[in-house]
Amino acid sequence: MSQTNNFSNHRLVNWFKLSSPSAFYPLAGKLIPFFWVLTLVFGLAGLWVSFFVAPVDAVQGQGYRIIFIHVPASWMSMFIYLVMAAWAGLGLIFNTRLSAMMAQALAPIGAWMAFLSLWTGAFWGKPMWGAWWVWDARLTSELILLFLYLGFIALRASIDDPRRADKASAILALVGVVNVPIIYFSVKWWNTLHQGASVSLTKAPAMAQTMLWGMLLMALCLWMYSIAVTLMRVRAIILEREAHADWVRQSIEVKS
Amino acid sequence: MWNSPSEFFAMGGYALYVWSSFGICALVLILEPLMVRARFKAIIRRLKQEQLAEQFDKEMSK
Repeated sequence: MSQTNNFSNHRLVNWFKLSSPSAFYPLAGKLIPFFWVLTLVFGLAGLWVSFFVAPVDAVQGQGYRIIFIHVPASWMSMFIYLVMAAWAGLGLIFNTRLSAMMAQALAPIGAWMAFLSLWTGAFWGKPMWGAWWVWDARLTSELILLFLYLGFIALRASIDDPRRADKASAILALVGVVNVPIIYFSVKWWNTLHQGASVSLTKAPAMAQTMLWGMLLMALCLWMYSIAVTLMRVRAIILEREAHADWVRQSIEVKS
Repeated sequence: MWNSPSEFFAMGGYALYVWSSFGICALVLILEPLMVRARFKAIIRRLKQEQLAEQFDKEMSK
């Protein structure tokens, strides 16, 4: 019995050690350059496929090339929200500071992805539908996602005590999760102007292989980018919130 | 696929839409890490100033 206990204790110790800001701070610093390199590699490959390999679309001409940034940005805006809510939920359950800091660090980049999704969508909608914006189920639910991100950021900013801000914003993030499946299935549940899913897990994609590759490479690029920026931001947040901890003082030692 | 650079930039008549989409994305994605880096440098600078101030206080009270 004692053996099993020891075993589980060890595992707990290892996990929770990484969940302490002082252990995560240097690790994040080491990982950042790695993710920037991956961002660059996937980005260059993705742009090359998007503009020089993927063939012209039969219906939409060259205008369809917006898909290569629009779809990955939309995917990331939803995915980042789920990750943010998961971190916020973990912070609520285990009361770990780092989880809440991760949620805090993810919110701005998620908001930017939602904004870019709407922006590129508008610039795609104008030539193809003749309108910058329509109150379509998919567009409206994506706009709500942007407001959820902004609400999360604003709620945090309005509460002075960071630990209380963690809890309040975590609840907002978790309630908002209901919006993600609504966005995803909106094109099925309602009659929308927006086209259906371009990529499905259950059936063969209805597009040229090279187009699919372009989208996947760009999605990987934005994914690596989001990780890199989030790690950079979480390091700044750690320093701001742990400013008076001993380990921060030692690591920032002023040479005199 | 593209016979000349000008044909590439014209994007088959969709230049405004394609380049506005990719341009704003590039702008946002480049500015974002620069802003985060500025925030990081600001907090490091503040912490160093606080430490210097404390050292100064200690030396003065000696």
